[in-house]
Amino acid sequence: MKDVLVNLEHISKSYDSHMVLDDLNLYIRENEFLTLLGPSGCGKTTTLRILGGFEQPDTGKVIFDGADITCLPANKRPLNTVFQKYALFTHMNIAENIAFGLKIKNKTKDYINDKIKYALKLVNLDGYEKRMPDSLSGGQQQRIAIARAIVNEPRLLLLDEPLGALDLKLRQDMQYELIRLKNELGITFIYVTHDQEEALTMSDTIVVMNQGYIQQIGSPERIYNEPENAFVADFIGDSNIIGGIMVKDRLVEILGARFSCVDEGFGQNKPVDVVIRPEDVELVKPEEGAIQGVVSHIIFKGVHYEMEVQAGGFEWLVHSTRMFPVGTPVGILVEPFNIQIMNKPESEDEEAVKTDE
Amino acid sequence: MKNAARRIYIALIFIFMYAPIATLGVLSFNASKSRAKWGGFTVKWYVSLFENEEIMRALWNTLSIALISSLVATVVGTISCIAIQSMKKKGRAIVMGVTNIPMLNADIVTGISLMLLFIVLGIRLGFFTILLSHITFNIPYVILSVMPRMKQLNPSVYEAALDLGASHVQAFFKVIFPDILPGVLSGFLMAFTMSLDDFIITYFTKGPGIDTLSTKIYTEVRKGIKPEMYALSTIIFVVVLVLLFLVNRTPKDKPAK
Amino acid sequence: MNKKMLSLPYLFWCAVFIIIPLCMVVYYGLTDKTGAFTLANIAAIATAEHAKALWFSLLLSFAGTVICLLLAYPLAMILSGMKVSQHSFIVLIFILPMWMNFLLRTMAWETLLEKNGIINTILHFLHLPALNIINTPSAIILGMVYNFLPFMVLPIYNALTKIDNNVVNAARDLGAGSFQTFSRIIFPLSLPGVISGITMVFVPALTTFVISTLLGGSKILLIGNVIEQEFTQTGNWHLGSGLSIVLMIFILINMVLSAVFDKDGEGATL
Repeated sequence: MKDVLVNLEHISKSYDSHMVLDDLNLYIRENEFLTLLGPSGCGKTTTLRILGGFEQPDTGKVIFDGADITCLPANKRPLNTVFQKYALFTHMNIAENIAFGLKIKNKTKDYINDKIKYALKLVNLDGYEKRMPDSLSGGQQQRIAIARAIVNEPRLLLLDEPLGALDLKLRQDMQYELIRLKNELGITFIYVTHDQEEALTMSDTIVVMNQGYIQQIGSPERIYNEPENAFVADFIGDSNIIGGIMVKDRLVEILGARFSCVDEGFGQNKPVDVVIRPEDVELVKPEEGAIQGVVSHIIFKGVHYEMEVQAGGFEWLVHSTRMFPVGTPVGILVEPFNIQIMNKPESEDEEAVKTDE
Repeated sequence: MKNAARRIYIALIFIFMYAPIATLGVLSFNASKSRAKWGGFTVKWYVSLFENEEIMRALWNTLSIALISSLVATVVGTISCIAIQSMKKKGRAIVMGVTNIPMLNADIVTGISLMLLFIVLGIRLGFFTILLSHITFNIPYVILSVMPRMKQLNPSVYEAALDLGASHVQAFFKVIFPDILPGVLSGFLMAFTMSLDDFIITYFTKGPGIDTLSTKIYTEVRKGIKPEMYALSTIIFVVVLVLLFLVNRTPKDKPAK
Repeated sequence: MNKKMLSLPYLFWCAVFIIIPLCMVVYYGLTDKTGAFTLANIAAIATAEHAKALWFSLLLSFAGTVICLLLAYPLAMILSGMKVSQHSFIVLIFILPMWMNFLLRTMAWETLLEKNGIINTILHFLHLPALNIINTPSAIILGMVYNFLPFMVLPIYNALTKIDNNVVNAARDLGAGSFQTFSRIIFPLSLPGVISGITMVFVPALTTFVISTLLGGSKILLIGNVIEQEFTQTGNWHLGSGLSIVLMIFILINMVLSAVFDKDGEGATL
């Protein structure tokens, strides 16, 4: 297990009596790619700004490598930020932009020049030293923003929705680029995004946030396959979230039919939420299914068909490579290990979780 | 056809604006002291101008007040812009409202109110009171020309500089200042021009024994203006015209956005 | 935060040199020489002499403002439609003349307008009737238009350049003709500029005492002249302040109007 690099302890922050972060606790390990994921207003950017030193938490501490840096100003922190919309200095050329932090630290000319060369090579923009930021494309500006940050050899790089302004294709290229950069540099990345695909693609760890609370922390696989609550299930990918009753261990009743599952320990006859991913819904002949229904809608999506099935009074979202025309009577089956059981929200805090964007 | 009409219209306005200026230029070469008749060509006013101590002192007062007041106004105005920008909406609206008062209020009221202030505070009217008054009406020009630039700034740029290790002062001068510089400069020039051209506020706050060009001309109106004044104005105008021409001719290294 | 501290010098300056002086005008205007409260200084506006001066000021400044607007709007349209070097052109037409003292420029009109002056010589040459407006209200209006025209053109120009070209194109696309595009789209969108232009011209025109002194001879008294005399000649600050308050009421009406139309509070920008 790697060492913990950053520790956020009991961080709270509010603006004009509006609570943005409420007693947030989070640790980040050395060399981890950690993503803060959530809808706008969930507190992810505030968390990043507290880390960067642009905001002071109302309560709580920021511990960096064992030292309390809560009150350390941004310009003294051993970390750097890649800003949303890049924040390049438009009156300086590329080399001057990259050299900015090094000049402040009074590095030698040779050192700075070497660093500029190295950084531009790293982001695949050799020879761009004399260009002005305005003359570069969005993707290129993004790379320069990253180069400008990493020449300072930060131990932690904060990235605030860095790909938000790029188009889809470029965004996907940059995702691989970022993973490559992180592996080459061996520094810790904290990444903020509202794009779940981006988070799933790049991260070692995802922190799902909503309304100032952490909803779930885990690997991309865990977050996707075993969402801990309805918000996470709904926010990460498409899903069918159905109210049900846990009859006993390994048996759940939804929409009047009984399904076997693999979850235990919820007690007997307890109301729960059941999550089933659309690709895990199997459509079979009506008589073979646990529930019977009719296909009401179908769209071709390329890799698969997306269908809606009316069954048991619920509209099921189904992804399948087999096509069932609208009006076809079908049966629905779900493998036990594809059924995810979640507690119904009880406290008010958990209630907040249900309201999404 | 439409274009020709436009050109003619612009030309007419141009003549309207410049006819008095041309007249003054002609008068500065008029050998006769009277404005009404032409007494032959002479450059003697241009020579005697520099021997006229009163005019030279008024010129010195005018220029030094314009320069100092616009410099102070530029510094105060620019700093205030940063402060106003970081204020909440309501506070910003109030401060901008107050800022607009000297611009929207009548000069005569501004002049009178400042005169009353100085007299009640027991400050002797003179160079210093003119200077304070000019700073007061110059600050709004600076703020109104810097503010739009300030609003266009990407707020992250300042934070990016801090993030890269710059102190607040370094971040301001290396990153913010170059970006708002055009606004600061045009605010300074505007303030300088306004100060130079002001008569009314100076008139009420100057006190006896000191004159700027404006107040000197005003006192001369009744007894007849000394032709040296025409010569001086013509010199100032031509110098500025040439400067402006040179500035516009200098090739710009960076194309404007 | 230290950014808040930065506003202190300016707030202090505003208080001492803007707010307090205005309060003093109000104080003087509402008191008599013994310091007792009175409305007499304000009521003095109703005396025949003062009322006439105020009425005259309102009349002339209204005429001046209207003429300014009529001259300025087409000019602003032309300027905003020009593709290149609008800026240097604006500087040339409006900023540069300010470097020649405005008293001298205004007086030069006297030379131009005189009975045997340049304009009449040209008119005579063209066999047109002579223009005898010097020392008349018309000359004062001309002086107002000449001095304050830039303050009308610039806000309108600013408002016009802010109009998105696609909005105009959309109007055309939806079938509006040139006149309809102007009356329904361009003019309404430029209204904030027009309003702030009117404010910027009307206030100095209403309160001027210089232009009337220079071009109106000594016969025509405007409210500005009356106030000026109270301060510099009669030395009755209380009466002068009282009349200033009356003047400020008109200015205030103007400011409120412009605030309603110009929500950014930036219409006065150049």
